[in-house]
Amino acid sequence: MIKLKWLEVSQLLEIISGFLSELRAWGLPISLTESIDVGLATMSIGLFDRQRLRYTLGACVVKSPAHRAVFDKVFDIWFSLPSSSDISLSAPDQLATTEQGSLHSGALGTGYSPEEFGEMLFEALLSGDDSLIRRLASDALNMYAGMETGRPVAGVYYFYRTLRNLNLDGVLAELMNTGFSEAKSYTNTLQKKLLQEDYRIEIEKLKKEIQDEITRRLVADRGAQALAASQRTPLPENLDFMNATSQELAQLRRILSVVARKIATRLARKRRSKKSGPLDFRSTIRHSMSYGGAPVVPRFHHRSVSKPEIFVLADVSGSVASFARFTLQLVYALNSQFSKVRAFAFIDGIDEVTEFFEKASDVAEAIRLVNTKADIVWVDGHSDYGHAFTVFQERWGKDISPKTTVLVLGDARSNYHTPQAWVLKEIQSKAKHLWWLNPEPRAYWRTGDSVIGEYETYCEKVFECRNLTQLENFAEHLE
Amino acid sequence: MSSVLDSHPKFTDNVVPPNLVPHFTFDSVDQVLKGLESVSYLADEQIATVVYLAGQLAKPILVEGPAGTGKTELAKAVAAFSSSRLIRLQCYEGLDESKALYEWNYRKQLLCIQAQETSQEGLAWSKLEADIFSSDFLLTRPLLDAISATDPVVLLIDEVDRVEMETEALFLEALSDWQVSVPELGTISANRIPFALLTSNATRELSEALKRRCLYLYLDYPSLEREREILRKKVEGIDDYLANQVAKMVRLIRSFDLKKLPSISETLDWARTLLLLGIGSLDLEGTKDTLHILLKYASDIDKVVKELDKLDTTDVGDL
Repeated sequence: MIKLKWLEVSQLLEIISGFLSELRAWGLPISLTESIDVGLATMSIGLFDRQRLRYTLGACVVKSPAHRAVFDKVFDIWFSLPSSSDISLSAPDQLATTEQGSLHSGALGTGYSPEEFGEMLFEALLSGDDSLIRRLASDALNMYAGMETGRPVAGVYYFYRTLRNLNLDGVLAELMNTGFSEAKSYTNTLQKKLLQEDYRIEIEKLKKEIQDEITRRLVADRGAQALAASQRTPLPENLDFMNATSQELAQLRRILSVVARKIATRLARKRRSKKSGPLDFRSTIRHSMSYGGAPVVPRFHHRSVSKPEIFVLADVSGSVASFARFTLQLVYALNSQFSKVRAFAFIDGIDEVTEFFEKASDVAEAIRLVNTKADIVWVDGHSDYGHAFTVFQERWGKDISPKTTVLVLGDARSNYHTPQAWVLKEIQSKAKHLWWLNPEPRAYWRTGDSVIGEYETYCEKVFECRNLTQLENFAEHLE
Repeated sequence: MSSVLDSHPKFTDNVVPPNLVPHFTFDSVDQVLKGLESVSYLADEQIATVVYLAGQLAKPILVEGPAGTGKTELAKAVAAFSSSRLIRLQCYEGLDESKALYEWNYRKQLLCIQAQETSQEGLAWSKLEADIFSSDFLLTRPLLDAISATDPVVLLIDEVDRVEMETEALFLEALSDWQVSVPELGTISANRIPFALLTSNATRELSEALKRRCLYLYLDYPSLEREREILRKKVEGIDDYLANQVAKMVRLIRSFDLKKLPSISETLDWARTLLLLGIGSLDLEGTKDTLHILLKYASDIDKVVKELDKLDTTDVGDL
């Protein structure tokens, strides 16, 4: 253990406790035990090696891989290195020149022309020189980002402005050309693909460096605490489906596959541990032998529980499409837990899409097929729940049996068409369960053209389902 | 006989464990790095840091991550380089305390009672009870083994996510207070804290209580550099060129959306296969023919073959 003076210890604890309360503010659950661990662990590892400090704190407080990204983000802000360039943020008057947006304003902080800079960047990426890439990332910001002191921003704008000026797609193509002609060993297409992958990763590294450098400068400008506060985002599991960016959605999809596996295990286990049946006389007698004939351990027959059949009716219109996609992905990931899954997609028309999901290699592909091939638009492609339900009842209503669980996914915003709630009443009378998942916040229900109130009467339950946590909680009911 | 089953357990007061020290600690992160390497486990900075901390704080490590990233191997490697005994508790659904902690040897107890009945008439009950609830009749299971060990031990609780939530509670007393209560005997406390490692494949969420007691280590697939090193170290006769290409190819395949991504051991098997077939440099045909070593689902293989065929038709140079 590294010996620290009392003063150092108290300073260290102050930094650490600030960091922990910031993490808590982002939503990470950190208990008292864990914060004590952080203190002890930091004292034994010291603050000298940033990477090791990151792993140390991570091991003590991040207990789920889904929270890792949030942790890293806060860590980067809180334990930010001094900015790697000596040039401080450009003063507002210089910004005016940069704002004009032409490449010629580039020479501001660095002293070389955009062409020279592009050349250097190209060489650095080609050779994969990490330290040079880091320096150039900093230079790129000086030239293109036009950062301004004292503005309460998260830095996203700076990032995209810099990237736009660097034209990295063009750089990648150029790297490929040069790479092929130089390296004679890369002869076949597979080798080329591997090389391309290398360059792509180098460019990702560059982007990361630019992002890090922006963070460093913003920290230098406004302090870690203020910056962290302005960047706070919900944890992935609490992210609203309807407002998530495409990047966040991609992250959610990855997490969902893990969550789905967990739910599947839980459902399978529940089914197995259902009440056991009558006494298994033969087995009990057999096991009594080693106790001299006393039936010490009674044995029971297992009662088999049949798997449910699931019908999913999903509104796939624009406003709720991403929600439908998640729920369908979840249902299909749980496929093995159900005896049968049938999917129906609707907007104002409705069509069965089960076969798309069975044929397609993954859900993304299936959704694409649904959107291009299924007959889900009847008149104008605006949601009409009433019409969709009526057609469903006509064509598939007879397939619903007492084993069927029906899930309806949608916000029940029917554009003022007739709700035709009687269909749900019919379904409910025949099916085992009828559940509705609504991705809208509960406060918006029954406002405007939302007719969820009328449907709710006939549903066993309507679940508010805006994020992964709520979706996961709902999945518990699927047994 | 029924009186044996009905006997009331005698509880002794829980003894607060004395200031326990672990069996062993490490001097520095670098020592851990070198030590693990000396038993051919290539650790990265993160693994070494967490192992070092586990020694310093005398806390168990909870290792999570996809299958085949070396979670169990890590425990074996720590045991090997600290020259301690590895005690392994394999978890499964239905594991209970009689398999994890201890069990009374009922059969032996019954025999003992019967033997005494025939030899001496009218044996005092208290004497008999003291006899049959002594440590002679106690079958120790891995957790109790680890706690009562006097030599240095590494305790591996493998696939802890397989036991039910309720069974997890069994581990809590053992892992935080390092003691096991046997009602008839009293509390058995550890002399020294064993180095404990729990692995999980994340098939279910572990309880907060268990997570809180552990340091957390997420073992993901290795970085390109680490995988290359592992290939060089574990595959005999592989040259740098092929190791590099294999590692890159596996990285590419792991970027696809597959049912099961290739694990480290599958990568090693694949590299060995390539060597056996005399493929010194990757090409499309050779890769496609040997994909079944790397991937275990027909649909995954189809998907990767499709991706690779796409490469053939488009000239990558123009991308």
